[in-house]
Amino acid sequence: MTKRMWALIAMLAVAAAFPAAGASRQSGGTLKMVAWEGYLEPLWVKPFEQQSGCTIQAKYAGSSDEMVTLMRSGGGNQYDMVSASGDASLRLIYGKDVQPVDVSKIPNFKQLNPAFRSPPNNTVGGKHYGVSLQWGPNILLYNTTKVKPAPTSWSSIYSPKYKGKITVPDNPIQIADAALYLMKTKASLGIKDPYELNSTQFNAAIALLKQQKPLIKRYWPSGGQEVNDFKNGNVWLGAAWPYQLSLLRAAKAPVKDVIPREGATGWLDTWMVSAHTKNLDCAYKWLNYISSAKAQAQQATNYGETPVNAKACPIMNKLSPGSCAVYHANAPLAYFKQIHFWKTPIADCGNGKKDCMDYTKWQQAWTQLKG
Amino acid sequence: MESRRTRIALGVWVAIVLAFLYLPIALICLYAFNRSNVQSWPIPGLTTKWFGPAIHNGEMQQALWLSLKAAVVATVIALVLGTLASFGVHRFRFFGRDAISFLLVLPIALPGIITGMALNSYFTYWKVNFSLLTIVIGHATFCVVVVYNNVIARLRRVPGSLTEASMDLGADGWQTFRYVTFPTISTALISGGLLAFALSFDEVIVTTFTAGAQNTLPIWIFGQIRLGQQLPQVNVVVFLILAVTIIPVAVAQRMTRESGILRTE
Amino acid sequence: MAAGLDPAQGLGGSAAGGRRRIGGALWRRPWLKGLSLLAPPIVFFVGVYIAAVVALFVYAFWTVDPFTSLTVHTWTGENFRELWHGATYHDVALRTILIAAAVTLTDAIIAFPFAYYMARLATPRMRAVLFVLVLLPLWASYLARVYAWQLILNQDGLLNWLTAKLGLPPANLIYTNTAMWLVFSYIWLPFMILPVYAGLERIPHSYIEASRDLGAKGSRTLRSVILPLALPGVVAGSIFTFSLTLGDYITPSLVGGPSSQFIGNVVYDSVNGAGNLPFGAAFAVVPVLIMGVYLVIARRLGAFDAL
Repeated sequence: MTKRMWALIAMLAVAAAFPAAGASRQSGGTLKMVAWEGYLEPLWVKPFEQQSGCTIQAKYAGSSDEMVTLMRSGGGNQYDMVSASGDASLRLIYGKDVQPVDVSKIPNFKQLNPAFRSPPNNTVGGKHYGVSLQWGPNILLYNTTKVKPAPTSWSSIYSPKYKGKITVPDNPIQIADAALYLMKTKASLGIKDPYELNSTQFNAAIALLKQQKPLIKRYWPSGGQEVNDFKNGNVWLGAAWPYQLSLLRAAKAPVKDVIPREGATGWLDTWMVSAHTKNLDCAYKWLNYISSAKAQAQQATNYGETPVNAKACPIMNKLSPGSCAVYHANAPLAYFKQIHFWKTPIADCGNGKKDCMDYTKWQQAWTQLKG
Repeated sequence: MESRRTRIALGVWVAIVLAFLYLPIALICLYAFNRSNVQSWPIPGLTTKWFGPAIHNGEMQQALWLSLKAAVVATVIALVLGTLASFGVHRFRFFGRDAISFLLVLPIALPGIITGMALNSYFTYWKVNFSLLTIVIGHATFCVVVVYNNVIARLRRVPGSLTEASMDLGADGWQTFRYVTFPTISTALISGGLLAFALSFDEVIVTTFTAGAQNTLPIWIFGQIRLGQQLPQVNVVVFLILAVTIIPVAVAQRMTRESGILRTE
Repeated sequence: MAAGLDPAQGLGGSAAGGRRRIGGALWRRPWLKGLSLLAPPIVFFVGVYIAAVVALFVYAFWTVDPFTSLTVHTWTGENFRELWHGATYHDVALRTILIAAAVTLTDAIIAFPFAYYMARLATPRMRAVLFVLVLLPLWASYLARVYAWQLILNQDGLLNWLTAKLGLPPANLIYTNTAMWLVFSYIWLPFMILPVYAGLERIPHSYIEASRDLGAKGSRTLRSVILPLALPGVVAGSIFTFSLTLGDYITPSLVGGPSSQFIGNVVYDSVNGAGNLPFGAAFAVVPVLIMGVYLVIARRLGAFDAL
C-alpha cells in the first residue's frame, strides 16, 4: 500500500511540474492564433518560428462565426491574431476587436495582387485592418459519373432532378448564394448585391432555400466531411471549396468543378491582429512572412486555395505542377470580378437606406431553416 | 439454475453485443492501414506508411501530452475530493446528506455544453486565462462523482466494526485510515480512478469551452475530422492507444476483483 | 511504566502524540471532522461549478445588442418568449427528447441480458474478461467511433455493401434521425451495461433460491424478483444514456441530416456562432429542467445507490 501511495505522489509531482515547464523557451513572444484547420501547418510555421524567434500556438475553429466569438472571448484578451474570412472580418472591425495595420511596415505587401491589397472586407475608410491571405471561389462540384449532362447553372442544385443527393454548406452566409441565383434569374426583385438584402429580397432567398431543403442530403459542416460525402456516394453535387476538389482528385474520385454562368460567391481570408495583443512585433513578423511568395505558394498548394501574392505562381508550379492554373492564381481581373466575395451583411444598404437584413437575422433564419 | 436453452440464448446475445461493440473499433484499427487518406469502403489497399508520420506528428504529441497531464491531475483531484466526500457522507448523519450525492452527480447528469459554457463565462469573469488549470477544473467536476460512487459503495459494504476495533487496539485516526480503511477502499479507488481517467482523457465538449490555444487529443482528433486530410493518422493514434491501454485496464480489473472477506452476502 | 506500553503514547512518539491530540479532538467533535471532510468538495462544487451554472442562467434573462454584440444587462423574458413562440425550437426540443428516450430504451434492452449473463452466468474469469471488453471501447475516442459509423452507414459503405450481397435494397441511413439513434445507442452502451451489471451482481443468490423454493418458474422470478431489484441499476444507467444524448451536438453534426438539430446544436450555434450567450443559456434551461425532474424520479427509484 505504501508503494501505491508513493506512486500516486510521484504522479502528482510529475503532473504538477509540467505546467511550469514548457513555458516560453523562445526569445520572442508567443502568438496565439485563431485559424482555419490546415492554415498553420508545420511546413511553413516551423521555418517562421526558427527565423523570427516567435512561437505560434494555434486554436482551430470550424467557422467564421466561431472565430468572431473566440476573438471576443475573455474580453478580447485570449488571442493575438485571426485568419478571418470575409463574413467575419467586418464584424471584427466594427466590433473593434482588431486593430489597423500599418502596411508600410510589411515589405511583402507590395507583392500582393492589386485586387487584394484593399478589398472592402478588410479595408475600411482607407485603413487596412489586416493583410489578405488566400482566397477561393465557392464552386459547383459534381460527380461526373452520376450527374449528366455536366451542369452549367446553379439551377441544378435547386431542381428536384438529383433530389436527396445535393449538399450545401451549413453556414448562414449560404443565403447569399440563394440571393445570387435570384439576382440573375429574378431581376424583378432588384437584388444588386447578394449581401445587401431588404426584407422582400431576403424572404425570397429564404423561400428558395426552403424549397431546396427536401433536396438536400446534408448541410456539410466542414471540408473534410464533404470530401467523405462525395467519395462515398452520399451526395452527387453541391457547393464546395477548391480544397475539397483537390482532396477528392487525389483520392481518385470522379469529380469536376465549374463556376456556373450565374457567377459564384467566394471567400477571401485576412490575417488580422487583435486590438488587445501584446505581441505586435511578432504579429508584424508573421504578416510579412505569410505574405511572402514562398509561404503563399506552400499554403496554396498544401490546402488547395489561391494565393494573393502575384509572385507565388512559379513556386506553386514547382511544388505541384500546374497548380497555378488550377487555382487561377494568375487569372485576369475579369475572373475575380465575377466572384462575389463574402462580406458581413449589415443593416446599412450602401444606398442610403438602412433596411437591409443584418447578420443576426441571417443567423436566426438559418437556424429556423434547418429546424 | 437457468435452463440450458436460456444459457445458450444469453451466450449468443453476449457474442452479438460484443460484435456490435467492436465492429466500429475493428474498422478504426483496419483503416489505420488505409492506403488512401480518404475513408471509403472497401478499403483500397493496406500500408503502414501512416504510422511514422502519426507518431512523429508534433501537434499530436503535444495534444496527447496535454490530455495525459489533464487526465492525471483531474483524476488525482477526483480521488481526493471523491474520497473526502464519500467519507463525510458515509460517516455522518446530517441535514442535506442526500443533497451531496445530488450535487456531485449534477455535472455528469447535466449536458456537458452547460458545464462548458458556464465555466467559460465564469473564468472570463474572474479573468482566469484558459490553460491546463481551466481544462482540469472542467474535467474534475464530472470525475469526482465516479470516484465518490465507487468509494461510498465500498464503504457501505465495509463493517464499521473494523474501524472501531482498530481504535480499540490503540491506533489513532491516521493509522486506522492508513492500515485499515485505505486497504479496504484501495480497489474502489483504482476502479473509480481508472474510469475517471478514461472520462477525462476522451472528453471533448467541456474541453472545447475551457481550453485556450491548446489542444487535447480529442480536440486534435476533431480538428482532423474537420480537415479530412490526415485521417489515417487519427486511426493510427487510436489503434495504438487501445493497444497500450488494454494492459492497465486488464491489470486494474484483476486487482479489483472482490476478495471474499468483504462480501456481505 | 515501561516505554511503549503507555496507552496514551501509542506507537509513534511525539509526532504521533500531536496527531493523537488532533485525532482525539476530532473524535470528540464529530461535526468538526465531518466539516473538514466535506469542506473541500463542497467548496469546490458550490464555489466553482454551482456558481458558474447559476451565473450562466442569470444570462438567460439578459440580451445581446445586435450592433455592438455586447450583453445588455437589462432583465427581460425576451429569450424565453422567443423560445415559447418559436415552432423550430419546439421541434428541436421534442426531437432531442424523443431520440434520447429511444436510445435509453434501446440500451436498456440490449444491456440487460448482457449484464445478466455477466453477473449470474459467467465464470469469474469470464466475468473479468467481459468487464474489460465492455470498458475498453471507452478508451477508443468517441469521435473516432462516430466517424467509423460513417464508414458503415455511407451510401457506398459497409452496410449497403452487405445488403447488396444479400440481395436487399440499400439502406439509406446516413444523415437521418435513425442513424443518430443507432450511433447514440452504440456509443453509450457501456455506460448502461456497467451500472446494470453492478445492480444485478448485488442481488443475493439466496433471493433467487427462495423464489424458486416458493415455486416460481424462471420467468416469474425474473419478473417479480430480479427486475424490481435490478431496476435501480437500470435507472442509474439511464441517467447516463439520457443525459448524454440530451446534451450532445457532435453526433448530430456528424451523422444527422438536414432536420436533425438537437438542443445542443442550437445552443452551440447560438453561443459560439451567433455570440448570443443569453439565448443559448435560455434554451439550455430546457435540458436542465428535464434532467432535474429525471434525477428526482431516479432518486426515488433508488438509482443513486446504484450509480
